[in-house]
Amino acid sequence: MIEVIDEERCTGCNICVHACPTNVFDAGAKIPVIARQDDCQTCFMCEAWCPEDALYVSPRADDLEHPDIAALKFNHVIGSYRAAIGWSKGDAPTI
Amino acid sequence: MAIRRPVEQISSAGAQEFRADVLVLGGGPAGTWAAINAAGRGASVLLVDKGFCGTSGATAPSGTGVWYVDPDSAKREAAMASREAMGGFLQDRRWMARVLDHAYDTVQQLADWGYPFQTDEYGLQRYGSVMGPQYMRLMRKRAKQAGAKILDHSPALELIVDDRGAVRGASGIRQQSGERWIVRSGAVVMATGGCAFLSKALGCNVLTGDGYLMGAEVGAELSGMEFSNAYAMSPAFSSVTKTRFYDWATFTDASGELIPGAQSKGGRSNIARWLTNNGAVFARIDKADAPTQAAMRLAQPNFFLPFDRAGIDPFAQRFPVTLRLEGTVRGTGGLRIVDDTCATTVPGLYAAGDAATRELICGGFTGGGSHNAAWAMSSGFWAGGAAADHALSVGEPRHAAPVKHAGGVALREGAERPVDSGDLIKSVQAEVFPYDINYFRNGEKLSGALNRLDSLWSATSRAGRSDALRVTRDREAVSMLATARWMYRSALERKESRGMARRLDYPGQDSGPKYNVRVGGLHEVWSRRDANQPAPILEAAE
Repeated sequence: MIEVIDEERCTGCNICVHACPTNVFDAGAKIPVIARQDDCQTCFMCEAWCPEDALYVSPRADDLEHPDIAALKFNHVIGSYRAAIGWSKGDAPTI
Repeated sequence: MAIRRPVEQISSAGAQEFRADVLVLGGGPAGTWAAINAAGRGASVLLVDKGFCGTSGATAPSGTGVWYVDPDSAKREAAMASREAMGGFLQDRRWMARVLDHAYDTVQQLADWGYPFQTDEYGLQRYGSVMGPQYMRLMRKRAKQAGAKILDHSPALELIVDDRGAVRGASGIRQQSGERWIVRSGAVVMATGGCAFLSKALGCNVLTGDGYLMGAEVGAELSGMEFSNAYAMSPAFSSVTKTRFYDWATFTDASGELIPGAQSKGGRSNIARWLTNNGAVFARIDKADAPTQAAMRLAQPNFFLPFDRAGIDPFAQRFPVTLRLEGTVRGTGGLRIVDDTCATTVPGLYAAGDAATRELICGGFTGGGSHNAAWAMSSGFWAGGAAADHALSVGEPRHAAPVKHAGGVALREGAERPVDSGDLIKSVQAEVFPYDINYFRNGEKLSGALNRLDSLWSATSRAGRSDALRVTRDREAVSMLATARWMYRSALERKESRGMARRLDYPGQDSGPKYNVRVGGLHEVWSRRDANQPAPILEAAE
């Protein structure tokens, strides 16, 4: 399930609010919020569409992992799916 | 080329109201190809997606093969022949040939548009597979460039019919604002996908059979709904249902002992049986050599995502697996198609992709991916083109003409409280998820499940109108319930084992004349056997 929106990297572009096929996010005051986590289907699409590598979807479909954000960034786990499908940081899809 | 007409917004008071020649419901591969071809024929096109066109559905988060075969008569012949036994000989050769032709041309079109096909070790482009994220991102862009207007997060809830029963639009809700939308159109393409019953199979939770319900509410027939019990393998903790690589796996029990007969291909029932009767099943993908492992990583990055993140080396370590229901998404049942244009049994309504039956090219079995991808490209393109021609020939939707909103349960006033979708979804899942009912089918278990589902329908059909916050999920629950009843009614009608529709009480393939099972109806579900024969070549008169 989607577990992390990294406040440091997120620019508040709200692409994830649009791109999530199950409408999990709401636009927030500064950055989006994970409003309906139970509706997450663990499809990784929000992470793929985030041009800032600010989102992390845990591989666990049914329960929470509570990952350490600093470690995810240090180990380049955040952004790894985009890299694997050949989408680079800053490559913003058009909505 | 004709000058494309714009989508008109008629009103935004109370509801956002639009007028378009062609309305496409669903923005996966079938819906986007439909939109592109309809716009190319000069029609104004509105595409609505329950989620987001570009990420919604089974294709976007996956890598998928395409049934792509060189136009060499021997190779084409072999491609068609190789599938006939698996599909129970229900396919139509002429349809297989036209889909092979169209998919071949479509892949070339994608290459011309700049889709980055991978190159093999000889420097030749590999046209046989596409990466879902890239493919669907491109399709969204091309649909918009073709002139289609897209409404995301805008689930359709019901169809609109004119005084002669022809489909002339739909209505639904803008999920992120709560506003209603109403579209008056000359024709509708149903491309809403199949039904996987919220099993969390990869990308499938938007696929809840909505199009089957909306179609049945205007009297459309379905076909092949007994071919609806596809189960795909995933790590037990994960949503990533990519079954193919488990061909290289060894399956063991909790103590590490080999499970007899357990294989992904040809032995999946032994895995389902073990999960039912004995408990956990573990896999290790230990039959892939180093070059194969490298090729796997390149072809399907998302297969490795859960492993990498969970710290598991799937080639060296054992991990627990499960089988998630993919229902009709990788089954072959759906709205019945009556001619080469992908028309349904209702005027003005066309069906494409997994919302339509895929029996014409797959019979009673598809491993997903390849054939379904070719089918979506082809049926979407044809349905979109025919919907445009139909809309342009019937002329402007008459704004003042009498129309009826055809939706039923959860949309109209009822005698009782609104649907409790949470409870209803659990009750339906309890009938369709268990391997013991849906994988290992027999008449007694199917009848028992169908009786319980019929009782649920009786109770649910008296439910009152759902409010804007809940109506989408409530209609999904009703769609799943209706779909489950059509599945089991059809499974009971087919008293033999053919394709994926296997019956423990009828283990053999009937040697008598072949037939297709048609099904439909809401309050009274009916089924019928039609002789299996090549589809007529002439387009149905309208």
